[in-house]
Amino acid sequence: MKVLLRNPRREVEFDGPRSVDRLLDELQLSREAHLVIRNGTLVPGDAVLGDDDQIEVRPVISGGA
Amino acid sequence: MTAVGSKCRVCKGPAVIDLPRHNAKFCAEHLQQLCRRQMAKAIEDFDMLSPADRILVAVSGGKDSLAVWDMLIEAGYQADGLYIGLGIGEYSTDSGGYVQRFADERGLHLVTIDLRDEYGYDVPTAARATGRVPCSACGLSKRRLFDQAALDGGYDVVVTGHNLDDEAAVLFGNTLRWDIDYLARQMPVLPAANGFPKKVKPLIRLTEREMAAWCLVRGIDYVVEECPIAAGNRHLSYKESLNAVEAKSPGAKASFYLGFLERMAPLLAGKSAAAAGDLNECERCGSPTTGEVCAFCRLVEKSSAHEPVPVEMVLTRGRRR
Repeated sequence: MKVLLRNPRREVEFDGPRSVDRLLDELQLSREAHLVIRNGTLVPGDAVLGDDDQIEVRPVISGGA
Repeated sequence: MTAVGSKCRVCKGPAVIDLPRHNAKFCAEHLQQLCRRQMAKAIEDFDMLSPADRILVAVSGGKDSLAVWDMLIEAGYQADGLYIGLGIGEYSTDSGGYVQRFADERGLHLVTIDLRDEYGYDVPTAARATGRVPCSACGLSKRRLFDQAALDGGYDVVVTGHNLDDEAAVLFGNTLRWDIDYLARQMPVLPAANGFPKKVKPLIRLTEREMAAWCLVRGIDYVVEECPIAAGNRHLSYKESLNAVEAKSPGAKASFYLGFLERMAPLLAGKSAAAAGDLNECERCGSPTTGEVCAFCRLVEKSSAHEPVPVEMVLTRGRRR
């Protein structure tokens, strides 16, 4: 699967199937600080991602206060 | 393909998000219901807004400010937007585009102020001219311009998109320093005073993850990239620390901040310099200040006289903070 990451914007490849939570663990990214979008739709942590899926891992933390 | 069991707690339909602090998953519709209820509770608990108020929403192009504008309009409030062009290179150009499109698509009124055009400086230049970290120069400028725009436009209240993560991170920093003055002022409502409008934060019961999800399920395009000169700031490191705690103890951030408001803030009431009446009027603009000239007037004086500084010149400085 193709996985789009942000800040900086880049794309990496992963094999499926794997869950959203496992993907975030392998990327060492906090679940609290990210959302995962599969083929344009938001998915929860136990959703299983397949080889053909287009994935975006979107950070949600912003710096202003 | 979605794993079995990934169902909305309310309707048992396919979930789009899990929220460990609620020990539940939600579909898009019931995620929105949760967000609406949490905002309504904040507004009611702190007497933030009334239906007759003319509201000015400070919008940056990020998820929180666009989400709160969307939520207020959906809830029936009269809310216009205010965007400030901060002069942070392409980031500001892109952010302004998101805000303008949001307003245009919904037929909403947007007030725009450009720092360079109207005050003769931008954030990178202010940071360099004053020696402030960029986020400090930015925050000081925005707060004053929100006030001024609200007064000029006859608005009753300014709304900002500060969420639970923002407020918990600020509280964490203030607590680490035991900064009593700041702790005493860290309330979700600042009443109208000294000619300035009331300011409120309706998203204090909602996390940034929930706000980003709101934007996604509502089809709101927002600037996802981080501000290039905010990268590495202290506030972000506090958020990361709190998220590490949250991962082990879901609900910890809400308990920390909302518990502060409920049980600690009353003990600090009246402890700030403003509450103690230790403020003077700025001799130039009349704003409340602890000195003779307020921080904003000093910043404008130095920054507008300084040669423009390109954003690239403050990037390293921003990351080091």
